[in-house]
Amino acid sequence: MTLTQTLTADDFAPLAKAQHPDQIVRPSLSYWQDAWRRLQRNRRAMWSLYLIAALLLFSYVLPFVVPFDAVGQDLTQISQAPSLEKKSLVVDTQPWPGQQVRPAELARLQSAPFDPATRVTGLTLVGEANTESVRLAWQPVAGAKAYQVYRHLLVPSGATDLGLPLGQTEQPEQVSYEDRLKLQNMPYYYSVRAVADTGEVSDYATVKATPRLAISVRAALSRGLITADQTDSMIGREVELQRHLMGTDYLGRDLLARLVYGGQTSLFIGIVAPLLFVAMGIVYGGLSGYLGGRTDEVMMRFADFVIALPFLLFMILFRVAMGIGPGESGVTPMLIAMVLLGWPTAAKLVRGQVLQLREQPFVEAAQLMGANSRYLILRHMLPNVMGVVLVSLTFSIPSAIFTEAFLSFIGMGVAPPTPSWGAMCNDGVKSFMSHPHELLFPALFISLTVLAFNLLGDGLRDALDAKMKG
Amino acid sequence: MTQFIFKRLLSGVITIWFIATATFVAMHAVPGDPLANDKAVAPEIRRNLEARYGLDKPVLQQYGIFLSNMLHGDFGISFTQKNRHVNDIIREHFPVSAVLGVLALIIATVGGVVWGALTAVYRDRWPDSVIMFLVVIAVSVPSFVFAMLGQLGILAMNEWLGFSLLPVAGWGSFGHMLVPALVLGLGTMAYLTRLMRSSMLEVTSADYIRTARAKGVSPLRIFFKHQLRNAILPVVTVLGPSIAAITTGGFVVELVFAIPGLGRFFVQAVQQLDYTVIMGTTVFYGAFLVFMVLLVDILYGFIDPRIRVGQVRG
Repeated sequence: MTLTQTLTADDFAPLAKAQHPDQIVRPSLSYWQDAWRRLQRNRRAMWSLYLIAALLLFSYVLPFVVPFDAVGQDLTQISQAPSLEKKSLVVDTQPWPGQQVRPAELARLQSAPFDPATRVTGLTLVGEANTESVRLAWQPVAGAKAYQVYRHLLVPSGATDLGLPLGQTEQPEQVSYEDRLKLQNMPYYYSVRAVADTGEVSDYATVKATPRLAISVRAALSRGLITADQTDSMIGREVELQRHLMGTDYLGRDLLARLVYGGQTSLFIGIVAPLLFVAMGIVYGGLSGYLGGRTDEVMMRFADFVIALPFLLFMILFRVAMGIGPGESGVTPMLIAMVLLGWPTAAKLVRGQVLQLREQPFVEAAQLMGANSRYLILRHMLPNVMGVVLVSLTFSIPSAIFTEAFLSFIGMGVAPPTPSWGAMCNDGVKSFMSHPHELLFPALFISLTVLAFNLLGDGLRDALDAKMKG
Repeated sequence: MTQFIFKRLLSGVITIWFIATATFVAMHAVPGDPLANDKAVAPEIRRNLEARYGLDKPVLQQYGIFLSNMLHGDFGISFTQKNRHVNDIIREHFPVSAVLGVLALIIATVGGVVWGALTAVYRDRWPDSVIMFLVVIAVSVPSFVFAMLGQLGILAMNEWLGFSLLPVAGWGSFGHMLVPALVLGLGTMAYLTRLMRSSMLEVTSADYIRTARAKGVSPLRIFFKHQLRNAILPVVTVLGPSIAAITTGGFVVELVFAIPGLGRFFVQAVQQLDYTVIMGTTVFYGAFLVFMVLLVDILYGFIDPRIRVGQVRG
């Protein structure tokens, strides 16, 4: 083949780089950038990450925005169900003289014979029933010496099922009764029956009362719901009570506030303890794996011993051994115990990784090129171990949170009144049947946190696993 | 084989000694002593009591006495339960914990293998999603919540039936054990399900499965003879640690269901600083766990002929 074309000088000019059509370029990503990209594609893991962020905001930032009182007790609002707002009537409770039978009529009634078949009549409520007082009045019964008043939560089914005996009137002329005993905003059934000198009782009458939520002037004043100059004008009017979005616990403490501060305790222990023992594990395991030989054997044998210690038994022993002085929350002893018992698992993991890495060609290459130990550890060992460590850290957090919850649940955790989610569960269990929200809310928060960290751990493991890199 | 077992037994003895010593040190580091619980006693009486329990001797000598008694299989007398021998406490209450634990382990293993195999067979279809969702729930909810819910469940069921099918709490019959064992085994079951699933998926893509399929072996036979048998191996490995998790995790379940197991005695003993009961239960639990892990290791060799314990050096 002969070349017929004439060549010019331009033909010998080098092409511009961009003109290579078959070259495919994509930006080079570091290991961590790549892992982060893959994690972002995992929807479940990302939602978990957002949830964890939300929980941290809830516990650590929210109290700065809204003031919460986690320890203030309000015995008038015990075990309240969650509610948005609650209004209460302000009442001035003066002693009630009650209703009496006129002496003339009393004499006539007392002379008449007592008939056990008669029934108390005209049983009514006097004024509006409220939680500060319920006032009852009835018609006198012939021959009655006194009247017995009962209170029941159900409709009485017979004379033997009248409920709580509130008391007996002292004078025969008194035909009224005022109940001020721990009233709540729910229906009550009041029964009244007459008693004769002989001890015989008449048939009973029942009236239903649903006391309206009320607060005495003095209580409203002491809790800052009204001001001192309002005391007279507010009587008979409604005042808004403190809101308890998530209800209150058995001491009338706001559950939301306790969840916020309980989260601080639970999340702190749950995150800081694994961080510390994983850090300790990196140092111990890394050193053991790096040194190798006899030292490695002895160090790992010791780690095996610590693993063999019955974990929960020692946890409790540590806590008792360090003791809790007055005013201490007990978070520190728990933290120390968890770190001292938790490090060997991380250490064994890191050691295994280091042993594997030591045999890798790139480490050998680095050694051949004259890298010193410091460079080898910082540049090759640590970054390559970090992936596995991060995954194990994420999975350690749920178990740390469980451990805290378990210890608090059996009463060996943080000391009251410091709240923690586990301790709140412990409190809530006692009244679970009647007020389930006291257990359900803290349990829900524990479960959500653990769920989030578990899913994030799954996502991290997938994202960091080099085997699956494609 | 004999040499392997002997070596492991020796290291087990050292481990138990380590546990005993660590517990002894930690226990004596706790301020106070077991006699401080009762109302204040006259110094003379206290001296007598100390002499009776050997508390008047130096700590190092107490440690020596404890070790020699332990070697004779004698854990001494409880401080808080007068005249009750620690050996008797263990003998009476450990069987309760053990029966509960064994039942829980059976439920967990069978459940884990069945659910795990199911999820792998129905991979990425709805049975897989449902079971894996339940697994995530099971590992995320604290065991005491499950215990409470289990108890409520029994109560609701009995009310609905109109008679008491299962007792709500207590101990005695098989009915007493059923729900507590289920609650106790739930976490382990969830863990085993995950393990079984991934191990089944790994096995499914193995060469010998493809060969079996190519040879025309029936799917059922492949599933039972090839997949299940090979996939179950990792499950056996974690059984040892699982026994530890179940026996120590028994506290909560025993507490909620009012079961007279050993766990309750330990918690009580720690709170009252009952030296002998603490030492006895800790050493006993430690020995039990060491033995169980060894047993599982030996079992593993029988199930997987490729692993011959004792022959491999390393």
